[in-house]
Amino acid sequence: MVPDDLRYTKKHEWIKVNGDQGTVGITDYAQGELGDIVFVELPTKGKKVEQMKPFATIEAVKAVSELYAPVSGEVLEVNSQLTDKPELINSDPYGEGWIIKLRIEDPSELENLLSPADYEKLIEEEEGH
Amino acid sequence: MCWIPISAEERREMLSSIGVESFVDLVSSIPPQFRLRKPLDLPPPLSEIEISRLMLRLSEENHDLAHHICFLGGGSYDHWVPAAVSSIIERSEYYTAYTPYQAEVSQGTLQAIYEYQSLICELTGMDVANASMYDGASATAEAALMSYSITGRETILVSEALNPAHFQVLTTYTSGLNLRVKRIPLKKGGTDWDKLAGMLDERVASVIIQNPNFLGVVENLNQVGELVHRVGALLVMVVDPISLGILKPPGDYGADIAVGEGQALGNPTCFGGPYLGFFACRKEFMRKLPGRLVGATVDSQGRRGFVLILQTREQHIRREKATSNICTNQALNALAATVFLTLLGRQGIRDLALLCLQKCHYLQRHLCEIDGFKLRYPSPFFKEFAVVPPLSAKEVIDFLAEQGIFVGPDLGRFGMGDGFLVATTEKRSKEEMDLLIENLKEIPSAKRRG
Amino acid sequence: MADKLIFELSGRGKVGYALPKPDVPPLFPEELLPPEVLREYPPQLPEVSEVEVVRHFVNLSQLNYHVDQGLYPLGSCTMKYNPKVGEELAKLPGFRDLHPYQPERTVQGALKLMYELEEMLCEITGMVRFTLQPAAGAQGELTSLLMIRAYHTKRGNPREKVIIPDSAHGTNPASTHLAGYRAVEVKSDPQGLVNLEELRRLMDKDVAALMLTNPNTLGLFESHIKEIADLVHQVGALLYMDGANMNALLGITRPGDLGFDAVHLNLHKTFSTPHGGGGPGSGPVGVNEKLVDFLPVPLVEKGEKGYKFDYDQPNSIGKMQGFYGNFGVMVKAYIYLRMLGAKGLREVSEGAIVNANYLMKGLKDYYYLPFDRFCLHEFVLSGSRQKAKGVKTLDIAKRLLDYGFHAPTVYFPLIVPEALMIEPTETESKESLDGFVEAMKKIAQEVEEDPELVRSAPHTTPVSRLDERKAAKDLDVRWKG
Repeated sequence: MVPDDLRYTKKHEWIKVNGDQGTVGITDYAQGELGDIVFVELPTKGKKVEQMKPFATIEAVKAVSELYAPVSGEVLEVNSQLTDKPELINSDPYGEGWIIKLRIEDPSELENLLSPADYEKLIEEEEGH
Repeated sequence: MCWIPISAEERREMLSSIGVESFVDLVSSIPPQFRLRKPLDLPPPLSEIEISRLMLRLSEENHDLAHHICFLGGGSYDHWVPAAVSSIIERSEYYTAYTPYQAEVSQGTLQAIYEYQSLICELTGMDVANASMYDGASATAEAALMSYSITGRETILVSEALNPAHFQVLTTYTSGLNLRVKRIPLKKGGTDWDKLAGMLDERVASVIIQNPNFLGVVENLNQVGELVHRVGALLVMVVDPISLGILKPPGDYGADIAVGEGQALGNPTCFGGPYLGFFACRKEFMRKLPGRLVGATVDSQGRRGFVLILQTREQHIRREKATSNICTNQALNALAATVFLTLLGRQGIRDLALLCLQKCHYLQRHLCEIDGFKLRYPSPFFKEFAVVPPLSAKEVIDFLAEQGIFVGPDLGRFGMGDGFLVATTEKRSKEEMDLLIENLKEIPSAKRRG
Repeated sequence: MADKLIFELSGRGKVGYALPKPDVPPLFPEELLPPEVLREYPPQLPEVSEVEVVRHFVNLSQLNYHVDQGLYPLGSCTMKYNPKVGEELAKLPGFRDLHPYQPERTVQGALKLMYELEEMLCEITGMVRFTLQPAAGAQGELTSLLMIRAYHTKRGNPREKVIIPDSAHGTNPASTHLAGYRAVEVKSDPQGLVNLEELRRLMDKDVAALMLTNPNTLGLFESHIKEIADLVHQVGALLYMDGANMNALLGITRPGDLGFDAVHLNLHKTFSTPHGGGGPGSGPVGVNEKLVDFLPVPLVEKGEKGYKFDYDQPNSIGKMQGFYGNFGVMVKAYIYLRMLGAKGLREVSEGAIVNANYLMKGLKDYYYLPFDRFCLHEFVLSGSRQKAKGVKTLDIAKRLLDYGFHAPTVYFPLIVPEALMIEPTETESKESLDGFVEAMKKIAQEVEEDPELVRSAPHTTPVSRLDERKAAKDLDVRWKG
């Protein structure tokens, strides 16, 4: 269930690296915990985000969660489809439900992130909790 | 004790089932040094007959408005409360329920709130209204906070003719935050728009204007929306809901947030509370709205039903990031307002407003014919106006109170200059107004005699 | 039929309320006001007769569960029975029909009532003075925090942080933020109490106050209260009690004696004034000498010439309400206290504690009880066993509705997964408690045998499970004509 071409945060965001750009979303596990997502408060294009600082807010019916930037950088694009169809995050968290694309400022920050195997372990721990 | 339905024998059974000898074992977690050793020093218990007698006596130490004539205003008004309103809100299905957390067994309360929200929207011309705030004053303060949250700006401009109690609550509410609250001066009893224009800049979060204002004056607001929006600030209007039967609603003036004291809508004066604050805004600010909100949906069989929505704004989910700390609001008072407004209907609200307006103008005309009594501001007014008497306001108020007539409040008590307010509702008859006039005519001669 | 909106019953020209004919010259609005201030079109209020209005709202009322009907075990909400005599007497014109700006001479009975209510609340809590102004608990919290801020400011520094346990009500952090402070969480220890070690680490000169609910939201008394109070006071901070759970302590112990500097009470919980479907409440705040100068204005004083409002308090934080608070609610609380007296009041808390423990004992074999020791007025179960079978706490709550009970508070406190927070109050009979235990047992059994029955509950309520996702997406918040 955890795609092996991505890197992960402890707060359940993923990032797909493509050169100096990254696509960011939340994991399948995270969307399952939140339940039906009804609203996403997206950042504006051009905004600077910092590693592990909040960049967006995501709302389910009775839960709200901040999203943390896997790495620092500038927001290049936001998934404007989510404004009308936030449920894409539920139905396709690694695909159509992506949230932002950003320019990666410092590739070395990627090393602070979890590998697919480590992330899988994290989920197991949380589920066992 | 008649409100504890457990007999001594049952209690023994229960304690034994819990597995303890006596009650004290259950409170062993309370350190003994802190347990009270003697009973509280409270008055002895009373039976229902005794308390009824005592309360009747206590109530008779008050001069109630059922037996006195009330021209008092200043934010609370002696409007009629129709019997059907009281009859509905006295139903225990409403008053002994709590916040509708379990929607499936709370559809009565939820649908009534949805209807309340709809009625407030119709009345104010706004897109969305919440389920109520504590009162008009705290609603005004919350409107200032919401404008700060929306714009991220820290200056709030408030008309000097805002209800001074609202203003004091606003400054108290915001005293822990880095907000600058500035007053907009008046001209002829209305907010001075030229002065406002000079105060507006990109640091202003909102401009708060009351209409009709505290001095009774109907403000000329036609340009103000544009003026305020030009610098990206929000327009907050504080309105009398009864006046909206004939006066232009906040929505038509381009207001972003409309709030007000809802007491006049079917709630007795009750010595200042419980009342309700109504709170409405434009659609785009819905997620910044404080307080509860009800939305329509369907159940699993496709039937219409209602639930609390956007709870993610609220304190129980978003905690310190909530749009407000409010939890319990004034639901029963909002229900009274709902029943009141539905009884009136579209014609009734207009007729009611018109009666207030006609009576107030009749009274003002005759009152200001009395030698020495002047209308403080020659500006349009709705159901309330400021009078400057030939002697101190306090003397007039006290003299009339002796005759069983209440006027006021004294503007001096708020540092708002000479005179006092006089308000009329649909309840004041021509006879009562004529009696007030006759009494006022008496004053100077009475004083001379004194 | 109750399923129509009042707007959908509207018929042109109908009215529900007969206004008097004008007895003064019936001038048109245009003759009295400039045309540009007048409304161009009337508000689209429904047009219905009194009969239709009454039937509509009576039919709607039938869809509500309420305390007069049965057990309402919402934890930390204290849904107790509301004595009828309070409702009856609060309607006396001498209370109901008073204008807040009448001369003081004409409202002596009202002022006396407020003065005596304050005296009784001081005695019950061991505080020096009370403000009756706050309209609800959350407003009481804000009032207290603003006083605490004023206290520290007067000493030269408002300070920065307020410490709040992770088991606290959401209003605590929300009020903290509103008062300009940063909320800092202190974790609970394995016993469900404030973690003293962590608290010690968090305490420094930047801390303005600790907000503590006692008993806490697990229904447990903070036994280390002495140590906690000392830790707080050592750094010059103040100790604030969220009194939402005061129903456990009446006549047993007093916040003032425990070292609290301020406490808010909920008259609509502890002192049995009705909850009104979500208000009006009343959230008076009591303080000790440290904070007395900062109380909101006005206070009621007793003088030689009778009772009066005192606005002369130079250090007051100001005002929290347009007038003096929810007077109508105060009248009912006053009646409740005068009828109970000291002995009756203690019986209230004893009854609440016995009922809660009896219920806990009856349920703990069927639901996981994370903190297994005697509770005070409430306790928290976890639906974790049932969750493992694919049935959530929410489903259990909904199924309870089918058995004719209101559900407990669910998913709170946040530190217990799948929480069911249960507060029966003292006004439930043994029969009613036994009935609740029976229903919960049956549900536990259904989870084993027919989980779908529970997952799809409720089945017997006026509507079945509502689509909250649709509600959150469509945002239909008003009738549109």
